[in-house]
Amino acid sequence: MSSVGGKRLRSSIFRPQSLLIGVVVLWFAALILVPTLALANKALEGGFRPFWNAILSSDARRAFALTIGITALATVVNTLFGLAFAMVLVRQRFWGRALADGIVDLPFAVSPIIAGLMLVIVYGPNGWLGSSLASLGWRVVYSWPGMVLATLFVTLPFVVREVVPVLREFGIDQEEVARTLGAGRWRTFWQVTLPSIRWGLAYGVTLTVARSLGEFGALLVVSGNILGRTQTATLYIHDTIEGFEPEGAYAASVVLAGISFVLLIGMEQLRKYVEVRESGQSE
Amino acid sequence: MANSPPALILRTSTLAYLGVMVVLPLTALTTQAFEPGLARFGQAVTDPFAWHALKLTFATALVMVAINAVMGTATAWVLVRYDFPGKSIMNALIDLPFAVPTVVTGLMLVALYGPSSTLGTILGRHGWGIIYEQPGIVLALLFVTYPFVIRSVQPVLLEIDRGEEEAAATLGARPWTIFRRVTFPTLYPSILTGTALAFSRALGEFGSVVMVAGNRPLETKTGPMYVFGEIESGNRHGAMVVSAVLLASSLGILVTLNLIQRGRKV
Repeated sequence: MSSVGGKRLRSSIFRPQSLLIGVVVLWFAALILVPTLALANKALEGGFRPFWNAILSSDARRAFALTIGITALATVVNTLFGLAFAMVLVRQRFWGRALADGIVDLPFAVSPIIAGLMLVIVYGPNGWLGSSLASLGWRVVYSWPGMVLATLFVTLPFVVREVVPVLREFGIDQEEVARTLGAGRWRTFWQVTLPSIRWGLAYGVTLTVARSLGEFGALLVVSGNILGRTQTATLYIHDTIEGFEPEGAYAASVVLAGISFVLLIGMEQLRKYVEVRESGQSE
Repeated sequence: MANSPPALILRTSTLAYLGVMVVLPLTALTTQAFEPGLARFGQAVTDPFAWHALKLTFATALVMVAINAVMGTATAWVLVRYDFPGKSIMNALIDLPFAVPTVVTGLMLVALYGPSSTLGTILGRHGWGIIYEQPGIVLALLFVTYPFVIRSVQPVLLEIDRGEEEAAATLGARPWTIFRRVTFPTLYPSILTGTALAFSRALGEFGSVVMVAGNRPLETKTGPMYVFGEIESGNRHGAMVVSAVLLASSLGILVTLNLIQRGRKV
């Protein structure tokens, strides 16, 4: 029995596909897994206490608070826009619709650094809109409104892109039924449309949050290279490395990457869990 | 219904937001880059530092794409066709690079291969510098673009009709011949899509590259780093011109890809 098992094991190890699996797994481990573990190892090198001290330092806390604030604002605005614009793209026919559809994706093709530069050109002190805003006493660039604008720009396509396909697939039949039964616009939207597109929406929102938390290049340009500038978490990581205080950078990196990763994986798991439960109920 | 007042309000306000957020900044960049005239634009592109930065960006992106096309297809293949321990965990972790902020990616690579790390010291003793050298740039690009080809090929591979492969096998074709003649032609468009997306992303990558590249002009300074440097030193026109070139390349790739896909569907 055991010799048969041994033979089968050996033959399965020496099959050419095992070689392919081995190469692929090794590549994945070397490229993705080992660097991730190296970061965690570096952050916890001195034990948990220095790690916590670095996270709880006033600079780090302020940076994370700013990141969370910007993320919340950008997510709310782009979710509302994304939902509304997806409805417009799927449900309305108008001149220039295909063009507008293409323009939504443009931020994906723009380097974060270039996004920052564009905002400086428009809203900077000598910019197209910047000078008139400045005369009203509004400073956009080199201040937090610029950071919000930068985050809004880089995350603009996510909700639209995730909601459009589910909305298209959902069609309008159920909505028409609801309307015929006397439901108003809002009631139809809240009780019929929104529940059926919720996973597309949830995924779009998750991607928006993850990208907002991690945005760096555009914020770097927009915040200006000023000593002691307002820092988001990513800017804090960059500045502490430049200033040779890597403990703070490593600790903040682990926290930031951990949050984004838990968000993305958590959304996937939640969806599976809810879908299994609901299919169980309907039986 | 499409032209009822609420529908009109929704359309006008969303289009206005899109205009202010996307069209206005892009127009501002393009007009200002070309404002001093084509001759000045050409001068700014052929400035030795700008030209080298652009060349380095395209070269590192090409090396990355060549590796990713092969390894991404192989990874998708293994994940769809074979079972092995840890497969579901690996499948879940493929998207890790999408979740990790780019600065953190750079920091990870520094932690692993940096001059002060164990691995970095060993490699350095043999004269192999990774961090603050060009291989570090390729490595950073490989990390941030890792999911593109895999996630583009995987769904196609899942839906492929195995019947044709089995027929070829029955007719006596060897596995490699089957892959080359039967499977690959079906997969090819999705491999192309994945590599094009990865390439376009690599042209603009900044956060991870700036941490590992060491910022030496004419050696390890990429296009986006050049743009940032010129903004900092006050040469805004130089920054805008290189931005325009990078932007036009990314856009060109994505638009071409879109046209090819549309042509195939019709």
